Amino acid sequence: MTKLVATRLAGMLLVLLTVAFCTFVVFYLVPSDPAQLACGRPCTEQNLALAREFMGLDESWWQQFLDFLTGIFAGRTFGTGATAIHCAAPCFGYSFQQNTDVVTLIADRVPVTFSLAFGAAAIWLVFGVGLGVLAALRKDTPIDRITLAGSVAGVSAPVYLVGLLGILLFGFTLDVVPVGGYVAFAESPLDWAWRLILPWCVLAFAHAAFYVRLVRSSMLETLNEDFIRTARAKGVRESTVVGKHALRNVLLPVVTLVGIDLGGLLGGAVITESVFSLPGLGGLLIDAVHQRDLPLVLGCTLFAGFLVVVANTLVDLCYGVLDPRARLT
Amino acid sequence: MLRRDRWAFAGAVTIVLIGLVALGGTALTALAGQDPYTYHPEALDPQTGGPAGLLGGISGTHWFGVEPLTGRDLFAIVVHGTRTSFLIGLAATALSVVLGVLIGAAAGYLGGWTDRIITWVADVFLGFPYLVFMIAIGLVAPPSIPKQVLLIVVIGFFGWPSVARIVRAQTLTLKKRSFVAAARVLGASPWQVFRTDLLPNLWAPIIVVATLSVPGKIGLEAALSFLNVGVPPPTPSWGRSIFSAIQWVATDPMYLIFPGAALFLTTWAFNVFGDGLRDAIDPKGGVR
Repeated sequence: MTKLVATRLAGMLLVLLTVAFCTFVVFYLVPSDPAQLACGRPCTEQNLALAREFMGLDESWWQQFLDFLTGIFAGRTFGTGATAIHCAAPCFGYSFQQNTDVVTLIADRVPVTFSLAFGAAAIWLVFGVGLGVLAALRKDTPIDRITLAGSVAGVSAPVYLVGLLGILLFGFTLDVVPVGGYVAFAESPLDWAWRLILPWCVLAFAHAAFYVRLVRSSMLETLNEDFIRTARAKGVRESTVVGKHALRNVLLPVVTLVGIDLGGLLGGAVITESVFSLPGLGGLLIDAVHQRDLPLVLGCTLFAGFLVVVANTLVDLCYGVLDPRARLT
Repeated sequence: MLRRDRWAFAGAVTIVLIGLVALGGTALTALAGQDPYTYHPEALDPQTGGPAGLLGGISGTHWFGVEPLTGRDLFAIVVHGTRTSFLIGLAATALSVVLGVLIGAAAGYLGGWTDRIITWVADVFLGFPYLVFMIAIGLVAPPSIPKQVLLIVVIGFFGWPSVARIVRAQTLTLKKRSFVAAARVLGASPWQVFRTDLLPNLWAPIIVVATLSVPGKIGLEAALSFLNVGVPPPTPSWGRSIFSAIQWVATDPMYLIFPGAALFLTTWAFNVFGDGLRDAIDPKGGVR
């Protein structure tokens, strides 16, 4: 078991290191000079060189990458003397454009993105699994047909389109929900939920469609299996057969999908955030890319990658709990 | 079953129609007497900058109305946008399918370390925030490379892992069949086995996965244009139109609805057609 966890962790680290390295290399190639931006006017050769040295840009690219990696464990100090900036461990870089360390910037945005992702996930799981089971039990009835047609539409409609139509319909025409902005949960839980309700529903609609299709087909398949017939033959109540025996099987692929989807969303629901102007991680990252703020991009990408990797690991662990045959080997 | 096939048929007809629109777009807009680049300030309301008249300025001359601020013909923009979406969506799919089949078959057939490394690389790819990467590459690439080509390469390249997974699984089952074993024992090289024994048996799943991944690619192109890093203006793109429509959603909803409907119709058609294909090939196969 210890060996297993160790291999798993080593694998995670390796993936993250690769992500960090690729991001670093690509952005190192971006023709931009952060020192030039920070240099001020008039920018003399001497000032520019000083700024470069301060930011550590005078080193070779691999040395800069190594500095970044050591900073995570040991912290970093930029410059010397009174003007020095210290970035305490774990230091994931320092954004000179925003004069803040990357960890703080990310931490500021995390609540928004996490609220959005977890709230939407709760909605789409309830509706996705519920409708999927319902459609499977009522196969070939109008309920089934409507659910399926709706789910194809949901799979096809891009999330920004649904979001904008939602804003148009519920925000402007019917004027029932607010169309953006974010209020912290601590400030007013009611406002928090009310402002997020439209983004939640939009994200949930786009995702639930996949779950309906997945749950329906895997439910239909499971209901044809021998152990279900055995359970019915034993006289187990139908609700228990479906709700316990069959659902447990159906949940396996659902868990995988939730892991992948949540992992991706937590790193920043770039498009949903931009449609609803929510100040989340996605927006932070996109802005950083456009401003060529390398330390911030690197930090955000790494954080997003980290969440994906963690989500995948959790999925693997859940598998072992749900299905004893799939215990990790 | 028939109902399912009717849907797939409707999807196929829609794809053909949209394909014709993409091919004959210039002729079609010429028929309407419009092109997607000419400004028509006379069609705008001088007070607001939005289209003059009801429903985004729909009229006999401007079938879908005009674009706010510029007055360019929306019908021509949507029709020409079809070409952008189709070209990038299909070419990127082709690229990721070719890569995915070659890599997936190699992993499944060769096994051992090749398999382990490929699976690991695929994991890295799937764990990547690739949207950011695409944006970054768009910024890094020298402007001499046409944006369309860049988008095709980037979108196509990031699509191989999902294809490779399916092909690898399929190859693993094929590998155990006696005709593959016989070919190997007779001394056929991996490439020969791939061409004569594996590929003919992989076509069906490949076509299904290709069809079902087209809408994702088209959506991704639109998403990148939506985030303002797709094809550069003035080349029409549905995603960019939808993005610009955000500012006008309250006053000129038609500006959102026409490009949005075109995008939705295209992805929908590919999805139902792909579903139908999969059901035809593997009647008990799961959805997704």
